[in-house]
Amino acid sequence: MVTFKDFRNNVKPNWCPGCGDFSVQAAIQRASANVGLTPENLAVISGIGCSGRISGYINSYGFHSIHGRALPLAQGVKMGNRDLTVIASGGDGDGFAIGLGHTIHAIRRNIDMTYIVMDNQIYGLTKGQTSPRSSAGFKTKSTPKGAIEPSINPMEMALTSGATFVAQGFSSDLKELTSLIEQGLNHKGFSLINVFSPCVTYNKVNTYDWFKENLVKLSSVEGYDHSNKESAMQMLMQHDGLVTGLIYQDAEQPSYQELIDGYDEKPLSKQNLNLEEDYFNHLVKEFM
Amino acid sequence: MKQQLSWKVGGQQGEGIESTGEIFSMAMNRLGYFLYGYRHFSSRIKGGHTNNKIRVSTKRVRAVEDRLDILVAFDQETIDVNYHEMGTGGMIIADAKFKPVNPEDSQAELIIVPFTEIASGLGTSLMKNMVAIGSTCAIMDLPVAVFTGVLQETFKRKGEVVVQKNMEAIEAGYETASELLGDKRGSHKLDEADGIQRMYMIGNDAIALGAIAAGARFMAAYPITPASEIMEYLIKKLPALGGAVIQTEDEIAAATMAIGSNYAGVRALTASAGPGLSLMMESIGLSGMTEQPLVIIDTQRGGPSTGLPTKQEQSDLMQMIYGSHGDIPKIVLAPSTAEEAFYDTIDAFNLAETYQCPVIVLSDLQLSLGKQSVDPLNYAKVQIGRGKLVSDESELDELEPKQYFKRYELTEDGVSKRVLPGMKNGIHHVTGVEHDETGKPSESSLNRQMQMDKRMRKLEHVELHKAVDIDNAHHGEADVLLIGFNSTRGALEEAQQRLEADGLKVNHAHIRLMHPFPADKLLPLMENAKKVVVAEHNATGQLASLIKMNVGMAAKIHSLKKYDGTPFLPSEIELLTKELI
Repeated sequence: MVTFKDFRNNVKPNWCPGCGDFSVQAAIQRASANVGLTPENLAVISGIGCSGRISGYINSYGFHSIHGRALPLAQGVKMGNRDLTVIASGGDGDGFAIGLGHTIHAIRRNIDMTYIVMDNQIYGLTKGQTSPRSSAGFKTKSTPKGAIEPSINPMEMALTSGATFVAQGFSSDLKELTSLIEQGLNHKGFSLINVFSPCVTYNKVNTYDWFKENLVKLSSVEGYDHSNKESAMQMLMQHDGLVTGLIYQDAEQPSYQELIDGYDEKPLSKQNLNLEEDYFNHLVKEFM
Repeated sequence: MKQQLSWKVGGQQGEGIESTGEIFSMAMNRLGYFLYGYRHFSSRIKGGHTNNKIRVSTKRVRAVEDRLDILVAFDQETIDVNYHEMGTGGMIIADAKFKPVNPEDSQAELIIVPFTEIASGLGTSLMKNMVAIGSTCAIMDLPVAVFTGVLQETFKRKGEVVVQKNMEAIEAGYETASELLGDKRGSHKLDEADGIQRMYMIGNDAIALGAIAAGARFMAAYPITPASEIMEYLIKKLPALGGAVIQTEDEIAAATMAIGSNYAGVRALTASAGPGLSLMMESIGLSGMTEQPLVIIDTQRGGPSTGLPTKQEQSDLMQMIYGSHGDIPKIVLAPSTAEEAFYDTIDAFNLAETYQCPVIVLSDLQLSLGKQSVDPLNYAKVQIGRGKLVSDESELDELEPKQYFKRYELTEDGVSKRVLPGMKNGIHHVTGVEHDETGKPSESSLNRQMQMDKRMRKLEHVELHKAVDIDNAHHGEADVLLIGFNSTRGALEEAQQRLEADGLKVNHAHIRLMHPFPADKLLPLMENAKKVVVAEHNATGQLASLIKMNVGMAAKIHSLKKYDGTPFLPSEIELLTKELI
């Protein structure tokens, strides 16, 4: 029986003590065990930044890629071997700044995989510059007089981009976060999970306490229907995106793999590379 | 009777110029003639002058001909832009509709045929192209029946009536032009061809077919001229093989997706041109650093920036070899014909897996889009080699708890065993950060040096059949050694023949492995040549610089550079070489 301990390796994370990313690591390990994965059938593809190191801290196949490019690489892995469970992960800079284009198109494409964003609203590894998730007025080394650009609302953006699974978690609530990742892994399509994962070193505004005061748990909102996109949007706008839980899920929409013409049930990585001679000759004759 | 001729059809883009050329050349191909095509087109959908020049010969030809024999004109611009290529005996056949005028200094004869009027009389002016083909038959004394099969295939979906109508248009064009031509009828009759059936394809077709034959089952790409045909062919063919093509949001996604798929164990590729390759540079570095196989096709076009998107150039060479920050092992192949493009694409997949590094197949616009005759490709020559890929999981030793597989194990040849996600005893980490043998990040100086040396060591012995093609280097001592790469091969060969006919001893070497540079293969040829002439389509002499860097002998190297967007003509190389001597 595989347990979360099987997803632990012997590498000590280089995150600061108290970093929100530790909880994300633990939640991925627990959720993976809970849904019955084995380490060899999980591929964690990460971007660059403090959060990007996560692929090296989980006992599974891991690929620490390029800043902002974890998503296309992860989609390539899934297309190459559809039997693998693929998790892409990174920070808010990765997913909502340099890689935003990929994020929207991965959402639209709806390949069966899970994307976990560790959102700390700051650039940590480069030692404290503004992020597209920083609130207006937020002072950083690159915005000494306060950020003048409004913050991106990733959950609203996901809904308008055709997302089939949108959830938000918080590092302090490991139980809810684990459950959201489990639901994401079980979702047949692209699941986006944004996690408020505080940076204890550079973000002195959006702290654990700040989130505890401001976050609304959807599970405690009576009658909230996560299959209703309109009410999901209303809920996000009402609370300025500061909600946690499963925000929206369309469980009916088939994934990309189910829709793409001719794509084999058997993983491409296990296909025979040799063409039949007759078929080769048929292709040659088409040019004659 | 002639052994060869060049035929050109021109008009406004969107007027069916391309399909007219296609129908004419398909019929010539089936008669067994050797063909070589050149498309002049602009970066717009409709309007603007476009033309399609097709050389038809009883012998193999691999270059655009200097001269033009028959010009089919649908507007005055076609005549004005192209009559300079025509000498005495040249025939311009033009549509009466635009009241064509033969320029005063034209040496060609103008025959005015009412293409549009005849076509309209038969039902629709759209068939004016067929009337023009019929008129061509009269000049070449070709029986119109040679077009029956091609028309049936081209228009079969539109029904038998359409096929019949188009055939009538060809016949009408033939009869009208025959009367107008008088004793000039048949003045460009070709000798009979050998009748052997050959493929007629563009380089991009050959690359795409090569990818399929090599076992590629996934492609991620973003549309761009002149690479899109590769993606379009694979979109048509891969579903039948269980594979898939994703049109990505940009070239960065295309390259990284291809890396991801290769990492999962699929032979995956992407294809683009200069602007796309510039965006892929970081991904190429990732492939080199993480030792993931990656095949990229670069179809060069006019640069820099958006440059000349529909024109010939070879100015990506340096970027393909040196692009991406830091030092990585990389292989760059440069086929010169469609046939080589097919085999080199297969080699690219084998090399990428054998050396676990990025492999770029460099093409250029004239090779990628110029249609040419190709002898049927040989199935038996398609070999697949996957290097040190562990295909059977049971070969792996059991991992100690929490230990990683040594994916980057230090080995003598620098190549380590490659395992795939899903293998229980192969778990390891992959990162673009400098890493140790198991893929864990490491900043240790010693480890850094050992891993860098390991990666670079892989390419010390890359062997490619014909890294330099010296089939045309017959002289022990030569007056001139001509050197080129990619599609200039035919023009260099013909220039060589003409210079030899003038009494010079000329060798020709065509480089096919651009990186690692095969200096040892080139050295003896250069030593034994009085002068070395390097012909290339760029403004800075990139290949000449590479040769100087890798081989030396700078004093005897002369650059022939052309960067006006058109392919070298044999006469240009011949004349410029003579000037240098």
